[in-house]
Amino acid sequence: MLASQRIFALFICCFVFAYTLNLVRRRKLREEYSVLWLATSLLMFILVIRYEWLVALTSLIGAGLPTTTLFICSIIFLMLVAVQISIKISHLTDQVKNLAQENALLRTKMDATSAGMGHGEVKNKPVSF
Amino acid sequence: MNSTNNTRSLVLVPAYNEAARIGSVVEGIKHIVPGMPVLVINDGSKDATSSVARTSGAIVITHPFNMGYGVAIQTGYKYALANNYDYLIQLDADGQHDPSCIPALLAPVVKGEVDVAIGSRFLGNSYRPPFARRMGMALFRRIVFLVTGKFVTDTTSGYQAFNRNVIRFFSTDIFPVDYPDADMLITLHRAGFRMTEVPVRMFENSEGKSMHGGFKPIYYMFKMLLSISVTFMRDKRKNQ
Repeated sequence: MLASQRIFALFICCFVFAYTLNLVRRRKLREEYSVLWLATSLLMFILVIRYEWLVALTSLIGAGLPTTTLFICSIIFLMLVAVQISIKISHLTDQVKNLAQENALLRTKMDATSAGMGHGEVKNKPVSF
Repeated sequence: MNSTNNTRSLVLVPAYNEAARIGSVVEGIKHIVPGMPVLVINDGSKDATSSVARTSGAIVITHPFNMGYGVAIQTGYKYALANNYDYLIQLDADGQHDPSCIPALLAPVVKGEVDVAIGSRFLGNSYRPPFARRMGMALFRRIVFLVTGKFVTDTTSGYQAFNRNVIRFFSTDIFPVDYPDADMLITLHRAGFRMTEVPVRMFENSEGKSMHGGFKPIYYMFKMLLSISVTFMRDKRKNQ
């Protein structure tokens, strides 16, 4: 790995780590979403510093160059972030749905109560078949 | 479950921008089953669906924004559960489902013979869906048969009746709010609910509107196949 490549990689790792920490400090990013960013930038930093580990990992996964390994790690990281966000969005969608339904049911109940119909119910005759 | 005098039934009609037809649909239901309350879920309509339905004598619940057919009917299930209804019949707001079939659809559920009755357009005297849709229906009919051993002719029917146990079951997050069709039938079967089909009459949508327009059929096929596949990875028990 060329010195310029190592310097650039270290700079990126430090920048991402510091930027993520700053976002958490300013409460712009929740701790739960910062874990992947911090862990990945730390891992990349270690792999760049301990170059022999990066070479060993490159050999292990059968990649041609150590820089390719770093690139693959970045792709995996982005995929993990995307999956984490998709899971969270699915959860939030369910929560919004349940809240909106509850809101609609409560509003109907309130309207019925204020109209003097009891507990949001319209009294009905028993139906038989 | 087999009493007939003190049963409390609710007719559920999910509606989105159906101001032109919801009035006649509600009046049609009230004409057939006069004592039965009609609940219209106004799914964030931009027209006068809510006021027309209320004027026609329906109870109206309005969603703050549009959330889709599945969410709308689930709101109805939650209402039915909260207000202790024993039976629920659901039909579409576009006038496709003939309300005169409500008594026949509800009868096997009220008698306690089954938990769910599905209205089938193929057993009754109904319109013939377009070719592409018939092909999709045939595929899911085959899948439902392979999985449940039951031959359900109309797996996409929204004209259904069911009892309180199913209402409770569907009021949870188990209910597939994103196009609840064949996957819902398989979920019901795996949970141990008894189903039957009842011949009903369905008319063709007079405006040619469909919730399966544009690219939706492609998504529908993908979603349904995925949903059915993951159903097998889930716990069979009713109270998950």
